[in-house]
Amino acid sequence: MGDFLNFQVIADNFTYFMIGRYPNGPLGGLGLTLYLAVVSCLLSVVGGLILGLLSISGNRWVRWPSLLFINTVRGLPLLMVIFWMYFLLPILLRKTTPESQTVIMGLTLFTSAYMSQIVRAGIEGIPKGQTEAALSTGLKPWQAMLYVVLPQGLRNMIPSFVNQFVSLIKDTSLAFIVGVSELTHVGTQINNRTMAFPTEIFIFIAAVYFVICYAFTSLSRVLERRLSWHKAL
Amino acid sequence: MLKYHFDWSIVTSGKYFDWLVSGLKITLELSFVSIVLAFLLGLLVAVLRMSPLRPVRLVAMAYLEFFRNTPLLVQIFFWYFGSYKILPTAVNDWLNSTNFEFAAAAIALSIYTSAFIAEDLRSGILSIPKEQMEAARSAGFSFLRSMQYVILPQAVRITVPPLVNQFLNLAKNSSLAMTIGVAELTYQARQVESYSFKGFEAFTAATLVYLALSVAITWLVHVYDRRVLNPLRTG
Repeated sequence: MGDFLNFQVIADNFTYFMIGRYPNGPLGGLGLTLYLAVVSCLLSVVGGLILGLLSISGNRWVRWPSLLFINTVRGLPLLMVIFWMYFLLPILLRKTTPESQTVIMGLTLFTSAYMSQIVRAGIEGIPKGQTEAALSTGLKPWQAMLYVVLPQGLRNMIPSFVNQFVSLIKDTSLAFIVGVSELTHVGTQINNRTMAFPTEIFIFIAAVYFVICYAFTSLSRVLERRLSWHKAL
Repeated sequence: MLKYHFDWSIVTSGKYFDWLVSGLKITLELSFVSIVLAFLLGLLVAVLRMSPLRPVRLVAMAYLEFFRNTPLLVQIFFWYFGSYKILPTAVNDWLNSTNFEFAAAAIALSIYTSAFIAEDLRSGILSIPKEQMEAARSAGFSFLRSMQYVILPQAVRITVPPLVNQFLNLAKNSSLAMTIGVAELTYQARQVESYSFKGFEAFTAATLVYLALSVAITWLVHVYDRRVLNPLRTG
């Protein structure tokens, strides 16, 4: 295989793969991939908490619209959500949005809907007695949720959040479509320039994603074991 | 606030309507071809994953981890742009004689989805009491024959709901095939937008089609669950 696969092209462009033209230009490559994933993940945790809490609200005028929103987003391909953002954001904000922000908005909207399911399951996994005890000590319902149920639920949600982060890292590759120069985009750029090494380039890119995603998948498995061990005590 | 003139007629009839319909047709074709291949591959990997032989198990695990932890888009690009160097000439010739975009997308989607299906099947297999396997083995069946005649028929039956959901995921994921020029639904919605400047109508139409698909499939799973898996449950 060494005869016809020539990985010299990777070595020649290694810095470009990793950080793009940074520091002389904008951040790109793997650096931008991780930036998009981390920012979208933090925003999605917030979005997922809000949507998750709304979707279990006692008030049906709050619950139904949030469930409708969550299930609509979950029924769509991520690509469709990104196109909606690409198309709607400039109209709604009345100014042009940079592509990377469009992608972050799309990823956040999409992932929040999935995170809300995790939040919901996490909260429903806490025994009812906890809420009842909190209410009987005189806490208001929102205080019981915020100070008693949610802190316990959040711990159980962490492994699933990490899994969503892995999905996010993979999903940032779709930023390619609106021209954001993250890792996949950089790969196609170098492929278009060099022409002769598509196999090498895409094997390398897949390997880079794999190393990072597999590390976080393993982390989530370790956390799952640790946290369930604490719960057993 | 919005100075936008809505014209829904362009997506309900005429040329653009035909484009969207042909897009849906390709989305469904791609999803059906891929789900069949993904199921067969997934079944193979799930069985190998439980093989009594350790090296076989390790290979199956490596397959699962690798394809689940790399982006589908990169896998599509690999099969479309890069696979020719590692495939035998005969396979390349055959691929080039067919609709290569469609074939590359189908291969990528099948392999990607097979890794998820294998995990679903594995939980199905693990839910069958292990005495069944022991009984089959002691009756003289080999490992593979015990799987074939005793374990899999029961495991597949309870794995149908997650499998149908994988079909839904496939239908959504097949939108990525537009990046290599497969004219499926999202591709056509984009085409309608760029030809007519009616993006709102085009994306709404495609969105509604995807939602109809997911509502229909969720309903099918519900019916299967009620009629086949839990026919006696009330309420």
